[in-house]
Amino acid sequence: MDKTGAEILVQTLQEEGVDVLFGFPGGVVLNIYDVLFDAPIRHILTRHEQGAAHAADGYARATGKVGVCMSTSGPGATNLVTGIATAYMDSIPIVALTGQVATALIGGDAFQEADIVGITRPITKHSYLVKDVDDLARVVHEAFHIARTGRPGPVVIDLPKDVTSARTSHHKQHPVELRGYRPTVKGNPRQIKKAAEAIRKATRPVIYAGGGVILSGAAEELTRLAELTQIPVTLTLLGLGGFPGTSPLFLGMLGMHGTYAANLAVSDSDLILAVGARFDDRVTGKIEEFAPGATVVHIDIDPSAISKNVRVDIPIVGDVKQVLRELLKELGETDGQWVKVREKWLKQVKAWQDEHPLSYTPSKKKIKPQFVVEKIFELTQGDAIITTEVGQNQMWAAHYYKFNRPRSFLSSGGLGTMGYGLPAAIGAQTGCPDRRVIDIAGDGSIQMNIQELCTAVQYRLPVKVAILNNQFLGMVRQWQEIFYGQRYSQVCLASAPDFQKLAEAYGAKGYKVTHPDQVEPVLKEALNSDETCVMDFHVDREENVYPMVPPGHSIRDMILGRGKKEVEKKVSIADRDKITG
Amino acid sequence: MRHTISVLVENKFGVLARVAGLFSGRGYNIESLSVAPTLDPTTSRITIVTSGDDRVLEQISKQLNKLIDVIKVWDVTQQEFVDRELVLVRVDVNRDTRDEVFRLAQLFEAKVADVGERSLTLEASGSEARIEDLIRLLKPLGIREFVRSGRVAILKADQK
Repeated sequence: MDKTGAEILVQTLQEEGVDVLFGFPGGVVLNIYDVLFDAPIRHILTRHEQGAAHAADGYARATGKVGVCMSTSGPGATNLVTGIATAYMDSIPIVALTGQVATALIGGDAFQEADIVGITRPITKHSYLVKDVDDLARVVHEAFHIARTGRPGPVVIDLPKDVTSARTSHHKQHPVELRGYRPTVKGNPRQIKKAAEAIRKATRPVIYAGGGVILSGAAEELTRLAELTQIPVTLTLLGLGGFPGTSPLFLGMLGMHGTYAANLAVSDSDLILAVGARFDDRVTGKIEEFAPGATVVHIDIDPSAISKNVRVDIPIVGDVKQVLRELLKELGETDGQWVKVREKWLKQVKAWQDEHPLSYTPSKKKIKPQFVVEKIFELTQGDAIITTEVGQNQMWAAHYYKFNRPRSFLSSGGLGTMGYGLPAAIGAQTGCPDRRVIDIAGDGSIQMNIQELCTAVQYRLPVKVAILNNQFLGMVRQWQEIFYGQRYSQVCLASAPDFQKLAEAYGAKGYKVTHPDQVEPVLKEALNSDETCVMDFHVDREENVYPMVPPGHSIRDMILGRGKKEVEKKVSIADRDKITG
Repeated sequence: MRHTISVLVENKFGVLARVAGLFSGRGYNIESLSVAPTLDPTTSRITIVTSGDDRVLEQISKQLNKLIDVIKVWDVTQQEFVDRELVLVRVDVNRDTRDEVFRLAQLFEAKVADVGERSLTLEASGSEARIEDLIRLLKPLGIREFVRSGRVAILKADQK
């Protein structure tokens, strides 16, 4: 029986297991919306297409499934661009469906025409312009396959209006077969053997793990490896939750806003076991001085991530989960033998942790932003899904919330997209209705997609927004304070809406919090509420994120607090007293 | 160092844009480029001449391999290969220079592709160095214009 392209699209989406999509209708997607009108797929109407893209991304990060967003052609499609780029930089599987003008009009500057495949080419894993309805089902299946396998990423499918109205017979598709795309999932056994050997030989090893651990579902294997071999673990921003944040082996985050212990341990290590991480510049600092004495083992599914920024001694291309399993087998799971071996190194690491733990100066009068995050952690027992915006709010969330579960910290790490947190929280809450979802926001970022409050209210999503309101673009102000002689150029946001009233205008619950004593009661009330809640915490305006590594410096050089000079260059402990294990 | 990279791709629209975009987006240089379908009409061969150190070349190969429509990538420079470029060059001729132009054409095994009253067009193929020699020697005789192709390369027989 013949079906229209729109019907085939919706059916293949169902075959791919899609139960929700985030979108915004328009002229050339009318055929699709007409089918969706009585299809069993749930549609969440965001208030801006960017919100739809981030919501699909948040859904994907929280659930591990492919997120789907949809827009019309032209401005609808270009509004998705920031969301697609965000997903691309963080390797998040989403499929973005965009409407396109009819094939006969393409290239003629038609109304609401934009070459979205061309525009998104550098920020997608792959993209399709479907010109023939007979290709549609195959393309949709390929798109999902590409998005979710290998190193995941966004795929765009551009759908001209005449293709969704054209009719054809629809039959079941063959399994996807792409001769140019066969990701390596199984690690080379010889390389794994070498890695095990390196672990046995190392006296000062550190595991440096990233988003790949979350994406491949390898948190359990990573934890097992660290505990077995007694190797301390540092995580990237995207890796948070991939290893228990409360474990004594956890060093915290590394890099520009890494902890003192993590940055020194990495700098002094003789073995870096990089797992699903990509040696981003925010992690390595001055690349020539990054872990100069370390042998580097790098496990990653993307061969191009290996030796891109840092020379790798033992590369292992493969799926992180599978490789870690093989590595564990190779090491032979005999507990205990490592405890003695690691004693000295772990003692040193512990000393660093005690010397300069993450800290701030508590206040009885002013609300400290770190205090708010600590309270959120306490009250949710580390069990919530936290989304963030970008800037100081993001770093404080990463520092002071201890993540014990994967897929619980959703943040735009690679692209650093302000306005990500609220729509991502909407996506996460849609996918995980039983979990508490909290967007830790800044007063600057929240205004970039605040219209999505309306979406949260409409679908009765009990998302909580905690605004750490310092009436500044705080991270930019921090840089201006430290590196630009306190010349605060264009960062003051004192002219702002009353967020409590704004929340109420949207039909959400709003709170204004100005005293530290109010923090806990307000958080308790909001967290127990089934409504969308916005809490406007008026925090200490000039609080900074520390530690901080000045750009271009080795991650060994950390500013530990206001007025404190950079820590003097620490003599490598390897030189100071040769640790031989 | 200069490398010749041979890329087997799906013969679909937009593939060249992806390959070219990869080079421009990541700041790699394309010195010459040639594209045509292969024996199998569903695939095309792109031959790219580029330059960079070993790390850059490794990244170029890896990034190309990452493209879904790229089937295989060879850095032919690392193996034994034969490569050719083609040039069409229009030279001014008069009674004094005509013989010299023909002599050079013969020497370079160039064909006469077109003859006019005051100019003639030569067609020559060969290695890049050979093409450059021809152009250098024709220059003093009066080159009106020339068009060069990108390089094409093939691995020598009995290699994997």
